[in-house]
This record gives sequence, C-alpha cells and structure tokens, in this order.
Amino acid sequence: MSTSQTPLVEVRNLVKHFGSVIALNGVSMNVYPNEVLCLLGDNGAGKSTLINTLAGVHKPTSGDFLVDGQPRVFSGPRDALDAGIATVYQDLAMIPLMSVTRNFFMGREPLTGFGPFKRMNMDEADNVTRDEMHKIGIDVRDPQQAVGTLSGGERQCVAIARAVYFGAKVLILDEPTSALGVAQTSMVLKYINQVRAKGLGVIFITHNVRHAYAVGNRFTVLNRGKTLGTYTKDAIGIEELQNLMAGGKELQSLSEELGGTI
Amino acid sequence: MTLANEQKGSVARSDERLKKVSTLTGVLRRPELGAVAGLVLVTVFFLLTANPAMFTLAGVVNFMAPAAQLGILAVGAALLMIGGEFDLSIGSMVAFAGLVFGTALVVWQVPLSVAILVAIAFAVFIGVTNAQLTMRTGLPSFIVTLAFLFILRGLTLVGLKWASGGATQLRGMKEAVAGSPLAPLFSGDAFPGLFTWLAKVGVIDTFPNGTPKVPGIPVEILWFVAIALLATWVLLRTRFGNWIFAAGGDPRAARKSGVPVARVKTTLFVVTALCATLVAILTVLDAGSTDARRGFQKEFEAIIAAVIGGCLLTGGYGSAIGAFFGSIVFGMVLIGLTYTSIDQDWYLVFLGGMLLTAVVFNNVIRKRVTGER
Ligand SMILES: Nc1ncnc2c1ncn2[C@@H]1O[C@H](COP(=O)(O)OP(=O)(O)OP(=O)(O)O)[C@@H](O)[C@H]1O
Ligand SMILES: [Mg+2]
Repeated sequence: MSTSQTPLVEVRNLVKHFGSVIALNGVSMNVYPNEVLCLLGDNGAGKSTLINTLAGVHKPTSGDFLVDGQPRVFSGPRDALDAGIATVYQDLAMIPLMSVTRNFFMGREPLTGFGPFKRMNMDEADNVTRDEMHKIGIDVRDPQQAVGTLSGGERQCVAIARAVYFGAKVLILDEPTSALGVAQTSMVLKYINQVRAKGLGVIFITHNVRHAYAVGNRFTVLNRGKTLGTYTKDAIGIEELQNLMAGGKELQSLSEELGGTI
Repeated sequence: MTLANEQKGSVARSDERLKKVSTLTGVLRRPELGAVAGLVLVTVFFLLTANPAMFTLAGVVNFMAPAAQLGILAVGAALLMIGGEFDLSIGSMVAFAGLVFGTALVVWQVPLSVAILVAIAFAVFIGVTNAQLTMRTGLPSFIVTLAFLFILRGLTLVGLKWASGGATQLRGMKEAVAGSPLAPLFSGDAFPGLFTWLAKVGVIDTFPNGTPKVPGIPVEILWFVAIALLATWVLLRTRFGNWIFAAGGDPRAARKSGVPVARVKTTLFVVTALCATLVAILTVLDAGSTDARRGFQKEFEAIIAAVIGGCLLTGGYGSAIGAFFGSIVFGMVLIGLTYTSIDQDWYLVFLGGMLLTAVVFNNVIRKRVTGER
C-alpha cells in the first residue's frame, strides 16, 4: 500500500452527537485501496457510530468526510451504496419476514423488461443468492424461505455475502464473525483477503485481536469517541495491540488469573 | 461479481436437509389462504341456505358491485398496511373526493376529464399530507389519519352546504357528464353488445321482452379486478413491491439497505387516497349525487377486508389478492343475507367475528410459516 494514493474514504475530526450524548469526539481515519483497515476498541468506543456515518446512516455533527479526496455529504445509505460503499451492519439490517433472496437484493433489485413492465428478475436473484451463499459455505435450502427461519450465523452470512456482492469500492464489516462457526469465520477472513486483493478498501471491526492481526494492514484504535492512534502492522505487535484495544487497561493480571487464555 | 470465480464448478441445487415442499405446504405459505378459505366457507353456507337466485348471473353481479366498491379501497389499504402504515381517513376521503368531484362538475361546470384531474390533485395533496405528518412527527399513522377522519368528514359537510346552498346533498352529476366520452369508463355497464348477443343466443337469462336481465358488467367490477391484479403484480414482481415489504417489515433495516422508505410510504398514502377518489367518482356518477355520509365507516371495512386477506397489523406481510377475496366475502354476506330468511343485521356480528377469526388465524400462520421464534 502506498501512501501517495488518495484514500478511498477519509474522515478528519469527525464529531457525532446524539442529543446530549457525544458518541464521536474528533475521530480521524482513512482507508486506501488494496488494504484492510481494522477498527478496534472497547464496547461503546464509537466504532459502529463511525461506520454508520461512513455508510450514510447518520449525518456527522461536524468534521470532514471525503470520498476519493472529494468532500461528500450522503443524504442516506442509498448514496453510500451508489458510491460503492457496502456495509455489514452490526444489527445486520435484515428483514425476518422476507425471503433470503428478497433480503439479499433489497434496495438493489435486478430488473428485467422494458418501461412500465420492468420487473424483478426473480430467477436470476434466486440463483445469485444461492451461489453467493454457497461460496461463503452455507447451503441455503430454499432461497425463498424467510430470513426469520435461518440460524443467527446463517443470517450473518447472508448479510456478508450481500455486502461482498455489492461492495464495489469499500467494504465495511461491523463484527461480521460474532455468531459464526469456525469454518465460516475462516471463510470470512479469506473473503476479506480476496476482496482486498481485488483492490477494494476494507474496514473491519472485530474484538478478536487474532482475526484483526491475521488480515489487517493497519489498525486504528478508538477509545471513548476519540482516535487513540493508527498503527501499521510492522509497527505494532499483537500483545501491544491487544492492550490498546482494551483502552489501555492492563490485561496482564487478568490473563494470568485465567491461566493465560485470553 | 466475479469474486471466488475459482469456486464456480457445480453448485448443488438440492439439499438433503430440505424436505420436499409439497404443493400443499406451498399453498399453506400463501398469506391469502385465510381469505380463500373464508370465501369457500361463505359460498358453501349460502349454497345451503340462500335462495338459488343468489348464484345466477344477476345475483352474482348483485353482490359483486358492493364488493367492488369496498375492494378498491381494501386493495389500497392492504398495500399501505404491508408498507407498515394505516389510513383511517379513507372513508372520509371518499366523501371529500365526492364533494370535490361533484363541485367541479356541477358548480364550476368543468368537463368530466378536468373534474377527474381536480379530484386526483386533491387526493395527491391529502395523501402527501398524511404521509408527511406521519413521518415528520414520528407519530403512529393510526393517530394522524384518525384526525383526518374527522377533518375530512367535517370539511365535506361544510363544503356541501356551501356548494349546494345549505343542503347536505349535491345533485346533477348525471346530467353534467351526459355525452362525455370518458363517462362510460366510470359509469354504467361494460360490454352491453356482448350481453345482448349472449341473451339472443340464449346463454343468459332474459326478460320476457328479450332484453338481457344483466345488461353488462358494471364498470366498478372491472376496475376492482384490474386494480387487484395490478397491485398483486406490483407487490410480488416489481422492485417497488420489494420496497413495500421491506419498508413495512423493518423501516430502519430497509433504509440501511438503500430502500427509500419515506418515498415508498408517501407513494402508498397517495395510492390509498387515489383509491378512495376512484370509489367516489364511481359512486357519484352511479347515483348522480353526493352526500356527506358517503364512505361512512368504510375505512374499518377496508382494513378488515385487508386483514382477512392476510395482512398483518404490524406490517411487512400480506397480499393484495387476499384483500380482493376478503372484499368478495363481505359483499356476499351483505347481499347474501337478503336471499335468506336470516335477519340482515347479523351482518355486523359477522363483520366482527370474521375480523377476530382472521387476526387469530394470521398470527398462527405467520409463526408457523415464517419460523418466528
Ligand atoms: N442513536 C444513538 N443515540 C444515543 N446514543 C447513541 C446512539 N448510538 C450510539 N450511541 C452511543 O454512542 C456510544 C458509541 O456507540 P457505538 O455503538 O458506536 O459503540 P461500539 O464501539 O460499536 O461498541 P460495540 O463494540 O459494543 O459494538 C455508546 O455510548 C452509545 O450509547
Ligand atoms: Mg458496535
């Protein structure tokens, strides 16, 4: 990754207030093509708020937001998707009563036909859904079954497959592996690598330092709504990173108490 | 998307964990199942109890006409309910649109086409107002449109007195549209030539003088069928249909996935108001007059028909063709009772009973079919 390029997405001194709650208090970060940026930090550090802002869900209270070096204001998530930024949200943004296929293509339906007779291409949608889910390691029994009938991990896989399929420039993953089995987790990590190799920028949020260290190129650590720092992989060891993730709290003693298992 | 092209190969098209879905289960999954079952039950009931005249061509047209008037409203209400909102103002909207349409025709004396455009403009305005108030305040649409139930009914009364010079009825629409080329689209019977011919060759019943007992299909029935088919196609086969389900299922998740939720809901409120306007135009031209009680309590009947048709009160699930069948059930019972020796006032009891049954049934079916845990 060369720093002479313009970042795909960049925020500087981003501030986000929810009424009297200050969720972000001056956060700066960027992501370049062909790199995986890991966004790390404690619960409530502001990671989800930050990526929701990048995805167009929230409007920043103040601060700079640049896409391809140009200042942008997204009026909603549709704008972000149109700009090639796809997101796996922490709450997945799935609709339980709708089928897997309808969820997969929600907001981005494939069309066929002319003029007023344009309709959803259901067959193609079903096939793509089945194929993409198969690639991630899930055999969907029936793409027409309601998402509410899927297991938690299967649901998470639908959200990931959807974002990977539609992410053209930036892929944002907010704790995508929290409910996944071993095989699916390694599949997702492999995915992240593949997507990066295609030249996309990936923003990956996780609480698992091993996962972060395995795929990340750079690490931005948030703490209490502020950036604690950004580190490249060669500048920081896994131990040090883990301590930073805990907001600087000393994990050593706890780790010893538990027999060194964390 | 070419990621992981290396894995192309053969993707399994069958899965051993999948029980073969029988046609029966497939049918059970459809939201309109309840309405179809209700229709069958009611039909059997009247076949057993009613005068056989009910199921002659004349009898069927007799109960399909009120079913159509209700059904046009119910299909609009169903789409809106699937989109996660209610409109309690549609009954009052029928009266209000009737006033606007009648005033344009009789007081301003504009041609039918202009009167229709004026009525449509008012409907769009009311629909957008309902939608904007609901979405900007974040209040339940139930409350916002309840306010408009009274506001529109009141405006209709005031407006009628103004337009008619003190009465609560406005007359003279039939005369005003006589000779208009658009009039046959909104009033009278369709295919009179076909029916005369059918009578001549003896396929349908005739009066002693040789004219057919049923001179044609009332246009409102054609509108009803066309709107139900169009709504079903939009819901199941188009992008906008997917957005309706998404916006009603979970508006936050839908917005995050790129569905323009506000636009979808605004469109649905406008569609509902337009359905009410169409019913107003059809009934005003049919009667040749309009009055303040037009569409009274139709909002409840329309919502009940939509619920019988499988719509969940919580949104995100339902069917337009279900509302179609639900409305026919209504029409059958309303008119069917006159073919029996049963007191007509049982109609209201039936209405409530049907609603309760449908809600309980829908709840069970939803849990079964969508695997809610
Ligand atoms: N809509 C909101 N209204 C009010 N406060 C909010 C809102 N969204 C987030 N917050 C607050 O902002 C802070 C940051 O929340 P955020 O969800 O970004 O944390 P996070 O880093 O993603 O945590 P986790 O690791 O648990 O997912 C929290 O204290 C939260 O209470
Ligand atoms: Mg979070």
